[in-house]
Amino acid sequence: MANTPDYHWPPMDKRRVMGKRISRLDGIAKSTGAAKYNSDLKPDGMLYGALLSSPYAHAKVKSVDTSAAEKLPGVTAVRVVAPAGTELQWAGAEIAYLAARTEEIANDAVRLIKVDYEVLPHLVNEEDLSKVGNRARPSGEQVTGDTEKAFQEADAIVEGNYGIPVITHCCLEPHGQTIAINGDKAEYWPSTQNVYGIAGDIGRALSIPVANVHVHMDYMGGGFGSKFPADAWGIQSAQLSKESGGKPVKLFLDRATELTIAGNRPSVFSKVKVAGKKDGTLTAWQSETWSTGGVGGGGLTAGQLFPYVFLGVPNRRLNHTAVSTNTAASRAWRAPNHPQVCYITCSALEDLAAKLNMDPLDFFVKNIGYAPEARREIYKYQFQKAAELMDWKKNWHPRGDSAQGPVKRGLGLALSTWGGAGHASTCKTTIHPDASVEVELATQDLGTGTRTMVAMIAAETFGLPLSAIKVKLGDNSYPNSGGSGGSTTIGGVTSSTRKAAVNALQKLFETVAASLSVTPDDLEAVDGRISVKGNPEKGMSFQMACQKLGVNSISEMGANVPQQAPQEGLNTGGVAGVQMADVSVDIETGIVRMNRLVAVQDCGLVVNPKTAESQVFGACIMSVCGALMEERIMDQQIGRVLNPDMEFYKLAGIGDIGEILVHMDIREENDKRGVIGLGEPCAIGGIAAIGNAVANAIGVRVQRVPLTPMRVLSALEGRTA
Amino acid sequence: MQNFEYASPTTLHDALALLASKWGETDVLAGGTDEISLMKDFLHTPKRVVNIKGVKELGGIGRTAQGLRIGATATFDELASNASIHSEYPSLHSAVMGVTSPQIRNMGTAGGDLCQRPRCWYFRRGFGLLGMQDGKSLVPNGDNRYHSIFGNGPAYFVNPSSLAPALIALGAKVKLVSPSGQRVVPLEKFFVSPQSESTRETALLPNEILTEIEVPAARGIKNATYEVRHKEALDWPLVTASVALQMSGSTVGQAHVVLGHVAPTPWVATEAQSALVGKALSPDVIEQAAKAAVAGAQPLSGNSYKVKLAIVAVKRALLEASGRA
Repeated sequence: MANTPDYHWPPMDKRRVMGKRISRLDGIAKSTGAAKYNSDLKPDGMLYGALLSSPYAHAKVKSVDTSAAEKLPGVTAVRVVAPAGTELQWAGAEIAYLAARTEEIANDAVRLIKVDYEVLPHLVNEEDLSKVGNRARPSGEQVTGDTEKAFQEADAIVEGNYGIPVITHCCLEPHGQTIAINGDKAEYWPSTQNVYGIAGDIGRALSIPVANVHVHMDYMGGGFGSKFPADAWGIQSAQLSKESGGKPVKLFLDRATELTIAGNRPSVFSKVKVAGKKDGTLTAWQSETWSTGGVGGGGLTAGQLFPYVFLGVPNRRLNHTAVSTNTAASRAWRAPNHPQVCYITCSALEDLAAKLNMDPLDFFVKNIGYAPEARREIYKYQFQKAAELMDWKKNWHPRGDSAQGPVKRGLGLALSTWGGAGHASTCKTTIHPDASVEVELATQDLGTGTRTMVAMIAAETFGLPLSAIKVKLGDNSYPNSGGSGGSTTIGGVTSSTRKAAVNALQKLFETVAASLSVTPDDLEAVDGRISVKGNPEKGMSFQMACQKLGVNSISEMGANVPQQAPQEGLNTGGVAGVQMADVSVDIETGIVRMNRLVAVQDCGLVVNPKTAESQVFGACIMSVCGALMEERIMDQQIGRVLNPDMEFYKLAGIGDIGEILVHMDIREENDKRGVIGLGEPCAIGGIAAIGNAVANAIGVRVQRVPLTPMRVLSALEGRTA
Repeated sequence: MQNFEYASPTTLHDALALLASKWGETDVLAGGTDEISLMKDFLHTPKRVVNIKGVKELGGIGRTAQGLRIGATATFDELASNASIHSEYPSLHSAVMGVTSPQIRNMGTAGGDLCQRPRCWYFRRGFGLLGMQDGKSLVPNGDNRYHSIFGNGPAYFVNPSSLAPALIALGAKVKLVSPSGQRVVPLEKFFVSPQSESTRETALLPNEILTEIEVPAARGIKNATYEVRHKEALDWPLVTASVALQMSGSTVGQAHVVLGHVAPTPWVATEAQSALVGKALSPDVIEQAAKAAVAGAQPLSGNSYKVKLAIVAVKRALLEASGRA
């Protein structure tokens, strides 16, 4: 066929499935427990894996004796991963893995392993930069313009220290897998964001062809950026299976291990100085920041991204120091670096607005010219929309609620941005002679609704009801659709599905065109029929059309190629969002209660407003946790995490989140940009908005999140919080 | 957890016969909300676990001539739905509802609440009840944001009981039964601040079972509990205050003010009590009593905020009891 098929999304007013508020297809299965997660599985003959980890933050292994563990009846294999001589760099670093017939035997066996350590000095806290000694790694200064001159000419200058600590991913379903290695074949049931790619980790580690590693995952319980590689627990479980006669080995981390070693978000602490003019123009940004992402330093590089979104500020001076600590390595955490940089930026700018006696809403809008041009108008619209939903102009007051009584109310705002263009994705769509339609792609539904989105795109394209589409994902034998990170999945899978479906439909048109005495290009698929464009009477049911295939199915591929995507118009990147918070603070107890969190979020073409809103709701809840409760607490004396549990690693419950109002910014001009990822951008601004609302309520800045009673009361007393 | 022998007797007599006279040999299991975690973390490694939920005489809540009897295995859910507690002992009802998890309320028992171990994160990480490393407590130089502000050293943990402050303020006693007899102990005396790693934080002996709680009648006694909790969802209080006031006309005849989560034991605020007796419950008197409640507080490096919270908790409990809240 000579012509390139038309892959464009149907115009907004012509869509029959896309854009509708459709409940996720697996909602019932998940809420009834019928959905089986890989951590629920128990294949026949399954063995239990367990691991021994270091109690010390920094130590050299002098010896490891596994003989008693090996002799324990029921233990099938023991593997030492940190033999004598290994330098362990954090508490929780793995030393040995083993497998046993029961979970109890496995745990007993772990306790029989004897390890001698040479304990070495450690550093686990980075908040006080003066105490980190030679663990600081400055990355050099970046200067734009002339900050000194700008400070001299400023009408107002604000200096502040803002800090946001390490938090962990705390996945509800912990990291882990069940895996069976038989000869050169692997059956692998991981909890992963990377169904296709993760097979390679096992293949390489065990020297077996990747094609022989079969990955299965129908559902998963949260990753947030931390679940891409097979990890040591995956590879070692594979080895244990191999050494145990090929029996499946299951190892999912316990809660303490999950919170200690399975991923965390780098901290950022800062000293910031900003300057502005009386009219509210921001003129200079200067920041000295430091952070830790574990022993490798990590975190930000060279103070990138400051001042968040307002990168066009003419005078900037940035210094950043990575601090190496004896803590487990950080991993990508839902919008890497953005929540931290947003928090610090929006806090400092709000402080400057307060100093200038300006409503921060006016201040942010005034300076929106420093934001990338493509998004300035979107931000303006979103600020207006969010202000409307918050009744901002009525409810906002200058710093410090003057109301009687101990409960003070305040409003705060923030803004966010992200890329989120679709990743490379391939999809295979098959139309069977019985009119059933299958869509296959090796992507994964992290709980975000990917399965539902793929079905919607196919149903839209084929003019069929959702129930006619069978989506097959979560299996690496399907075409590669990449890992789910960076909010790239939705753009990728909707584009590849659209193209595969259009290609398959074209073949169906070619099959039936002659019988209708038209050319394939004259046909369209609408409401379960294949008919002639502009003449719906002339046609046949989709079912009858498929019968004409005889015994042959149609199978067509579709691919999203990121370099071509912008020209095709199916997906692009770059989004804007605005968050506003309304809080009440009891100044006698320091307790912050959420009244309302408003999120106005753009993500281009919104495939399903209902699931999109759900994703924003989830992000808002994460923001409440991050703003008010969550922090990893390290003890320098013992070098360990003090709160690797669900009682002191605090997360919000339903009574803590207040009212959450989500407005998806669905407008023709945004829709034209095609599909863009949503997972990350909506998880950025909430913390900053809540922090600003607290400052507005109580009249002073609490410098560090989470805004616990301890810090709020200290700030009110005028001490450093 | 370590393997153990499991016994599920149906009489108190049989249950007592199964206990050992040394700590660590046998553990009593009721709701299990703490015991199971202790065992999973190898903090408790009993050779035998004696489940007392099958012992009928240990359950139930009922009125007695003296007041109220709460069986040791009565659950928080039973306490929550008990009409007498709701109407006559609002301080106790409020303490029960402060455990905001239905799951914990369904499983957790009154006796278990009094006998649970401290939540100190050094204890829970395996550094012993006193949180020692190399002969030195980790708490003063460590992260002590949730630790004690009264009665510090050598123990710095806080008593975790939700019910104890209310029960002590109400004058409750506990019955402790051993194979050789029984004793009735005022709840205030039940809790002790351990002076060494080898002692426990209650007066309970290893071969004793806490069988019931006796709460005096509270008709005419104004009582209230105020918990400062960071979260609405399940969370340990940062500070609790329970008050029980016997009025004599328009002035306070007897006052009981008890703080929770501020010391290794529930903390009776005697100076606050003195500040109330003989006075009418005016806002000024309440304010003064609240400030008096923290007399002698010695906060650690990171928990001076709890002193403020204690003042607020007492003030708000008094306001509630006086009907001003």
